[in-house]
Amino acid sequence: MNPNARATYTGLVTVLASDLADVTSSDASLRRFLHGLPGVDQVGAQARATALGTRSIKTTAKAWAIDAAISMVDLTTLEGADTPGKVRTLCAKAIRPDSGGPPADEGVAGRGRPPSVAAVCVYPDLVETAVAALRGSRVGVASVATAFPSGRASLPTKLHDVRDAVAAGASEIDMVIDRGAFLAGRYQQVFDEIVATRQACGEAHLKVILETGELVTLDNVRRASWLALLAGGDFIKTSTGKVTPASTPPVALVMLEAVRDFYGLSGEARGVKLAGGIRTGKDAIKYLVMVNEVAGDRWLDPHLFRFGASSLLNDLLLQRHKLATGAYDGPDYVTVD
Amino acid sequence: MAKFPYAPAPESRDVARLKPSYQPYINGEFRDGTGEAVKTINPADETPLAEVSEAGEKDVDDAVAAARKAADGSWGRLSGTERGKYLFRIARAIAERARELAVVETLDNGKPIKESRDVDIPLASAHFFYYAGWADKLGYAGFGPSPRPLGIAGQIIPWNFPLLMAAWKIAPALATGNTVVLKPAETTPLSALVLAEIIAEADLPPGVVNILPGGPSIGAAIVDRAADGAIDKIAFTGSTEVGKIIQRSLAGTPARLSLELGGKAANIVFDDAPLDQAVEGIVNGIYFNQGQVCCAGSRLLVQESVADELIVSLKRRLSTLRVGDPMDKNTDVGAINSAAQLAKINELSDSGEAEGATRWSAECTLPERGYFFPPTLFTDVSQSHRIAREEIFGPVLSVLTFRTPDEAIDKANNTPYGLSAGVWTEKGSRILSMANQLRAGVVWANTFNRFDPTSPFGGYKESGFGREGGRHGLEAYLAH
Repeated sequence: MNPNARATYTGLVTVLASDLADVTSSDASLRRFLHGLPGVDQVGAQARATALGTRSIKTTAKAWAIDAAISMVDLTTLEGADTPGKVRTLCAKAIRPDSGGPPADEGVAGRGRPPSVAAVCVYPDLVETAVAALRGSRVGVASVATAFPSGRASLPTKLHDVRDAVAAGASEIDMVIDRGAFLAGRYQQVFDEIVATRQACGEAHLKVILETGELVTLDNVRRASWLALLAGGDFIKTSTGKVTPASTPPVALVMLEAVRDFYGLSGEARGVKLAGGIRTGKDAIKYLVMVNEVAGDRWLDPHLFRFGASSLLNDLLLQRHKLATGAYDGPDYVTVD
Repeated sequence: MAKFPYAPAPESRDVARLKPSYQPYINGEFRDGTGEAVKTINPADETPLAEVSEAGEKDVDDAVAAARKAADGSWGRLSGTERGKYLFRIARAIAERARELAVVETLDNGKPIKESRDVDIPLASAHFFYYAGWADKLGYAGFGPSPRPLGIAGQIIPWNFPLLMAAWKIAPALATGNTVVLKPAETTPLSALVLAEIIAEADLPPGVVNILPGGPSIGAAIVDRAADGAIDKIAFTGSTEVGKIIQRSLAGTPARLSLELGGKAANIVFDDAPLDQAVEGIVNGIYFNQGQVCCAGSRLLVQESVADELIVSLKRRLSTLRVGDPMDKNTDVGAINSAAQLAKINELSDSGEAEGATRWSAECTLPERGYFFPPTLFTDVSQSHRIAREEIFGPVLSVLTFRTPDEAIDKANNTPYGLSAGVWTEKGSRILSMANQLRAGVVWANTFNRFDPTSPFGGYKESGFGREGGRHGLEAYLAH
């Protein structure tokens, strides 16, 4: 237990310490808890997120941030047109994002070969292909599941989806919450589904996609974040990437505050994954600044922070070359996968 | 060690194009003043930046004569439309030279470059743009069909927002057809003198704006001219102590007066506040510009039921503030403007401890040279402590608690000042009820230290009188 916890959220601590099961035992108690969280002032959150975006990250700091960002990427392909060939190409890139250069110099960020990404993220039927392609590497295999992206299926169907992916070797499961149930106030249902998915995951890590673009308000984002954390999600994740807006700075801010405060209460550090719409290294660095200053540098780690992205990786590589050589490469100097 | 240390990101000092010496601007000319030549220093490293030739008594007379000639002559006869064109030109020139002005401001004042870049200079330009728009619409401003200018405005401004305060003073005065004799603060004359260059390049007729760098004696000379009837209006922003002296000097004379003085604002946080944003608002309220802000939220009034939780969050947030070189783009808290001001902050902070309050400062390494003070807060503060009553004008927050809205109002209003206040609650009706009862010129709801040229600003009680900004700000420069 964090020594500051008692004073961090005095009211909540009492609840948690007395009986966590009580909080999550019914719609009414969950509602009381979630609606008892401090509100989020949208204008203020936006202002704070914008202010963090004005940090000037240069030279050595930029080199560190680019390599850190690469190591936090969940390289993603979630298309109807995905094929085993496409996934194998992606996996090769995930292990070794940059073809040239000597092996990475561990001591110096930005030099040598860039790090591998954190994971590859695919649909359940392609997990097997990805697992085979990534064997022997440190890159994980994440699979979306639970009737991704809409989540509109019965719970048994969703859980079957999860078990399929886990059986095929996925080390991480990205589930979607039932936004309809959340917006209708059926918090218990959302909670129970996450708990059931958590169990179906077995050893696999669970990322809970809130689809914040459909939750709309930052108050909802905060409540959904806590709901997912209470239900045992290892990560909370912004979006499927199929809904606009996806990841935005204020949403990331509120979710980072949630994991920070959850840690303050429980002593358990849970992760955040931002997905959708992050395409430039510049944006990624702004988010790392936010992670650093809002949650703290403990979260600057692929175990606790991820970017779900596809085109972001190439921009990070271009920025990395630029930093090392002083000149921008053309788009043909990074691979199209 | 930090995982992600930010590399230094210094703004270039060359951008300021500092000259070795600066002169007063009188009757459309830069010329040596009859006062002393003094060095203005960079408070961040105590090194001299440039020599400034200060104005003397004779310069005040010359400036007043030139201002009178312009008021009675070309400028006074100009149509509002034409005056507006000059103001638009100045506004654009400030925006075009924004980066240069930001660096000048940071070097001379010590404030972080991100604040001068993102707040001071854009707002200064915005004030000129805003009042430029009023110049040809004065008959519709609600002060009668044809309001007249007062004549000459003597304007004395402080060092905390040197260029912005010059803009707050000059823009409405010119929009309404007055002429100006302005004295920037002794420790921060440079940006006003760069503004004088902009005014000269805008081809404003000679004498319309005169800028006289100098110390208190020049301020006193300008006030004396007003008492003698040579200047028609004094606008002063600064300490309550000096404001009282000025008001005494002008009592019984026809000279008009507006005063914008000190403050000891209450920032009131209710238990239903958006706490994470309240923490940001508290930080903006008291650590913005090193707390050297007359409307700073220097008293935090927090409802007892959330006090512990809020203070933990606040301390955690203060620990992330980056204190140091104001020219670094990542610096959040820069240098205190002068040794004298730093001494005053130290003295009052020491009194806080001596009177029994508990002091906490963010852990940070302060630069060895220059005038720096760590972001500090006091808990266990009573209403009777000096740190709860006197304006510290530094990055020092006094935390007090309350139990009910009535108690919050009583404590917030229990000060000789009344410049600003903040209310944090998610309950709209409570915001309105608090705003009605708080005796403060500005009440911010779920935000703090937000400024806009369209919004009037000014105080109650010992915080002064008269409004600057908005339509209301025109009145201080109009006879009607």
